[in-house]
Amino acid sequence: MKIIKDKKIVEDTWTFVADDAPLADGDIVVTLDRWQAEKDRLLNHAGNLGIRLEPDQDIAEIAADLDKFQLIELNFPVFTDGRNFSQARRLRKHYHYNGEIRATGNFLRDQLFYLYRVGFDSMSPAYDENLEEAIPRLDDFSVTYQQSTR
Amino acid sequence: MYQYNQDDQTILEERVAQFREQTQRFLQGKLPEDQFRALRLMNGLYIQTHAPMLRVAVPYGLLSAKQLRKLAHIARTYDKGYAHISTRQNVQYNWPQLEKVPEILEQLASVQMHAIQTSGNCLRNTTTDPLAGVCKDEIEDPRPYCEIIRQWSTFHPEFAYLPRKFKIAVSGAGTDRAATQLHDIGIHLVANEQGEIGFRILAGGGLGRTPVIGKTIRPFLEKKHLLSYLEAILRIYNLHGRRDNKYKARIKILVKETGVDKFTEMVEAEWLRIKDHMELSDQRIEQIKSYFAPPAYEPDADQDSSFGIHLQQNSDFAAWVKFNTREHRIPGYRAVFVSLKAPDSPPGDISAEQLDAIATLAEQYSFGEVRSTHRQNLLFADVKQADLYALWQQLDQIKLATANIGTATDMICCPGLDFCSLANAGSIGIAREINEALDDLDYVHDLGEININMSGCMNGCAHQSVGHIGILGVDKKGAEWYQITLGGCSENQAAIGQRLGPAVAKDRITTAISDILEVYVEKRHDQEKFLDTVKRLGIDPFKERVYENN
Repeated sequence: MKIIKDKKIVEDTWTFVADDAPLADGDIVVTLDRWQAEKDRLLNHAGNLGIRLEPDQDIAEIAADLDKFQLIELNFPVFTDGRNFSQARRLRKHYHYNGEIRATGNFLRDQLFYLYRVGFDSMSPAYDENLEEAIPRLDDFSVTYQQSTR
Repeated sequence: MYQYNQDDQTILEERVAQFREQTQRFLQGKLPEDQFRALRLMNGLYIQTHAPMLRVAVPYGLLSAKQLRKLAHIARTYDKGYAHISTRQNVQYNWPQLEKVPEILEQLASVQMHAIQTSGNCLRNTTTDPLAGVCKDEIEDPRPYCEIIRQWSTFHPEFAYLPRKFKIAVSGAGTDRAATQLHDIGIHLVANEQGEIGFRILAGGGLGRTPVIGKTIRPFLEKKHLLSYLEAILRIYNLHGRRDNKYKARIKILVKETGVDKFTEMVEAEWLRIKDHMELSDQRIEQIKSYFAPPAYEPDADQDSSFGIHLQQNSDFAAWVKFNTREHRIPGYRAVFVSLKAPDSPPGDISAEQLDAIATLAEQYSFGEVRSTHRQNLLFADVKQADLYALWQQLDQIKLATANIGTATDMICCPGLDFCSLANAGSIGIAREINEALDDLDYVHDLGEININMSGCMNGCAHQSVGHIGILGVDKKGAEWYQITLGGCSENQAAIGQRLGPAVAKDRITTAISDILEVYVEKRHDQEKFLDTVKRLGIDPFKERVYENN
């Protein structure tokens, strides 16, 4: 599957593992629930590890474990739920998280500029999206009024 | 006033391009209505009863003559020849075509105007005191801070998808003319014990369905921390504000449910983490202040003697001066309200011809600038007393000199059922009826200071809950009924009006208002203002009279 990463269209190398599915090989993403339930087993996983957070899940819950994750996915249940914009900002600025932050779920291409500015590196929409058409939206504005997290 | 630099202009032009692309996708069926809705709202575009409504931002109410002429041109070309001033000091057009909106935005951008964030669940236009910079009771001019907030809040990447809309008001004077206690965030310029000027920060105020008076969460904030503190409040709200119920999504509900102490603690903790990274430098503040430097006032303006003579010789002029002008900090100058409340015109409406005329008068008499006010009038801030008579005559010719500012016929009124798809009841028609009932200007003058605010629905766009008399349109089995409140106030002693009793029918509302005013005239002490009489007597005597015939 293709995603947007660092402003380019690339092949996704990660596999999201649902809570009721067996762990896959390679780089995997799990939910917060699964991480909390199977921490020891996941720490012994051979590939890279990622975690998916929903907007109501507090980053503080994984604050001590951030260095275990090469990827943090912030999932958008609906595009109007803007909590992930603050979550990403906090991950970068308060928790100094340097791994990949990815938007998943139902955000819009019209939000890519904002997503990029608050610290998202990659975007993987849950619906069928024309990524070639979407990618210019990362650069809707050439000047801004606020500091960026970048 | 603030002048755009190249960056400001680039942002506007890129915004026009962005919105044009979004509109095209929608018109081609590539962008679903629910998605386009959120995007167009953040550009001030509503779909209304008859046509889309476009709300144009007037940052903290400041307009140049050039901008007024552009607004007139848009009214003529894309609307039905008029515009409407809103309670957020913005300008609304009720008849544009969706297809033409990108073109209108392009026109606006050519005079440093836009519709950015005039609606939607985002940071809205910051409002302030219409007498900023000219009133005598000012601690410091709030406009430079409004401009600093405007820039920070424009396309803030983190706060574009908040739980609900978010409004900030700034006041720099002793008297709060910006209703700061009724905003999501209210900011007051204040002096501390050392005489340093900073900000008192209030949060959690708001009107609408659940009117709440804001609480002070920080009595004194150093100027350099303004943006970090706002950012901390917004981040806490964005993360914790309710998203499960849009009627409980404003910050006032978060503050109430969390408790003001706990909320303040959360904000302060967030602020401590960020405050050192986003300080405003003195240099930056001074640079923005330079745009609001006083104009070249004439030092001997108060030497003119013609003003006093006209006052004595013309009682109509004297009444206009009394009601429609205000004291100015510079001797020999006055601030002049342009009443958009002529008896036969919908409150807040202004025609293209009037806009053009105002532009010319501004250039002639008030340094080329005009202000919009939250009570839906306009203001010339800096008029020499020697020019007042000529200005009055010219305003009178274009029906903009009704001497009723602050009186019962200076009603705040939403567009109501005639235009708005949210409304339950008409408001413009009732305003006209009340005007007809109060057609004796001497009686209106005798009644003195009375704010009547009327909204066609619970959303409360016309701030009815803080009107001295509030009128709220409600739907009762398909019929239009009106609920009356008394004793509301949006100034220093902010209060939410008390409900008088059951709603009254449409054919009874004007009589009810007349009854209330009669009771006041009968019961008032000497010079006692309406609001003070209501406070002294409570609502009972008014209630008895209004319902005795029902």
